[in-house]
Amino acid sequence: MDLVNIFVKSIFVDNMIFAYFLGMCSYLAVSKTVKTAFGLGMAVIFVLVVTVPMNYLLENYVLKEGALAWIDASYASVDLSFLSFIMFIAVVAAIVQLVEMLVEKLSPALYGSLGIFLPLIAVNCSILGGALFMQERQYSSIAEATSFALGSGIGWFLAIVAIAAIREKVRYSNVPAPLRGLGITFIITGLMGLAFMSFMGIEL
Amino acid sequence: MKALHNFIENNIKPTFDEGGKLEKLYPAYDALYTFLFVPAHANHHGVHVRDGIDLKRTMVTVILALVPCLLFGIWNTGHQHFLALGQTAEFWDKVLFGALKVMPIVVVSYTVGLGVEFAMAVIKKSQVEEGFLVSGMLIPLCLPADIPLWMVAVATIFAVLIGKEVFGGTGMNVLNPALTARAFLFFAYPTYMSGDTVWHADEAFSGSVDAVTGATALGDAAAKMPVDQIGAKYDMMASFIGTIPGSVGETSVVACLIGAFILLLTGIGSWRIMASMVLGGYTMGLIFNFFAVNPLMQIDALHHLLIGGFAFGCVFMATDPVSAAQTNTGKYIYGFLCGFLGIMIRVFNPAYPEGIMLAILFMNVMAPMVDHYVVQANINRRLKRLNTVNA
Repeated sequence: MDLVNIFVKSIFVDNMIFAYFLGMCSYLAVSKTVKTAFGLGMAVIFVLVVTVPMNYLLENYVLKEGALAWIDASYASVDLSFLSFIMFIAVVAAIVQLVEMLVEKLSPALYGSLGIFLPLIAVNCSILGGALFMQERQYSSIAEATSFALGSGIGWFLAIVAIAAIREKVRYSNVPAPLRGLGITFIITGLMGLAFMSFMGIEL
Repeated sequence: MKALHNFIENNIKPTFDEGGKLEKLYPAYDALYTFLFVPAHANHHGVHVRDGIDLKRTMVTVILALVPCLLFGIWNTGHQHFLALGQTAEFWDKVLFGALKVMPIVVVSYTVGLGVEFAMAVIKKSQVEEGFLVSGMLIPLCLPADIPLWMVAVATIFAVLIGKEVFGGTGMNVLNPALTARAFLFFAYPTYMSGDTVWHADEAFSGSVDAVTGATALGDAAAKMPVDQIGAKYDMMASFIGTIPGSVGETSVVACLIGAFILLLTGIGSWRIMASMVLGGYTMGLIFNFFAVNPLMQIDALHHLLIGGFAFGCVFMATDPVSAAQTNTGKYIYGFLCGFLGIMIRVFNPAYPEGIMLAILFMNVMAPMVDHYVVQANINRRLKRLNTVNA
């Protein structure tokens, strides 16, 4: 039940986009068509699901104070947590490199349309944010961390695909000239945030 | 009528025509003119007229469908007031009190909303669009009767400007404007929109603020009132007829059903959305009945459909042709999820017992995505068929 709770909560209540505004740059830039949004969303889910558990292991067996005790009792006082940022980002960058190679091999068309934003997942705030939230919330097992990662990824995916569909629709509407493009996208994001607020405070 | 027409043509129109004194205000003139007379503009190219009904007639039909809700809401506002004070009152006293409470909200909503519409039309140099006729009626009906009028005005401006005009006006908006107004108030001024004290119009003619409080059925249930007490306080029949506290127009299922009948008969409301939404709500209610660990979950699934804003949202809010899903399959999915999520938010989220409106708003956001995938599935199916034929 706890796993389901974390999963649902990280999709709707603690949505990366609408609750924390993380990963906004690629969210705004790649949401012009549903197809590319879908591709990037899947990539984010994948990267989150791989990196967060890996970082969880790093955190609990290397970085945290006393985490090294499994090697030898004399290391119990070692605290490497000052390294967590650089370690997390290194893991993320390595995984993103892997994803990039996979996408280029499997779907060159998607690789072309994602462009620079695929390697930029490495510095996507929602990915590092996922790792840091995992650290801050102190999940008790790797299963919880994975369920959190999957939920956050799906939440991000849902947000970007939904806004891409709306933007495809808005393209045919008579938006006032100064607001066309990014302006109206920001307004849509705000209104979507209003709609997502209906889930705030849900307790399972 | 002819004399009036001639008078307008000869004396008023030149002022607004090109070169006239009030040229800039032509959209305002045009809106009032087409309200009175059928315009004589004709198309010069081929056009395929399929139906005599236009946007204005559509809107007027919806307003007709809303009239039962409005009338009942007026009476119920008075009824709840005297009930809360423990006084007995005549029918007309209740109507009078209710009208004094409700009509100002309607007037404010229309004046402010149409004011914004007219201003925007003048700025954009376009025709005034009729979309607000319905929103202007829906906004008062989904608010509590005791709401301060300035809040109605602020919410209406927000809904019309940010919810609709920035997208290019009627027919382009992503969210239902009336729901946007309600959600705006809900999150901006929560104390006025939920809780125990808002559901009765308490400051009577005497001006004394009574200590009378009354919660809605859902508010009571969220406050962990045992289910048999809820059943006794708001029995099925009362919830059906609507003699319970709640927002102005949403309490009476009967009035909503009359509205639904009109909408379905004229083909303006989508039966797909209404039917699937009821089904979705009922399914979720049954699932909760199965677990039944708190009072809200124990409420009978059928009763869930009668209390709160479910009927009103289902008939008037979810079926908004602009913000709902456009494809037929999409409408089933959209309606089902509206009902499903509505009951879910109502039960799981103790802060927002009136979850239906928020669920519909959420589905408004998701509707384009649902449509996109329905269309895509159709394309894929036909491609597959084509490939098998060619192979």
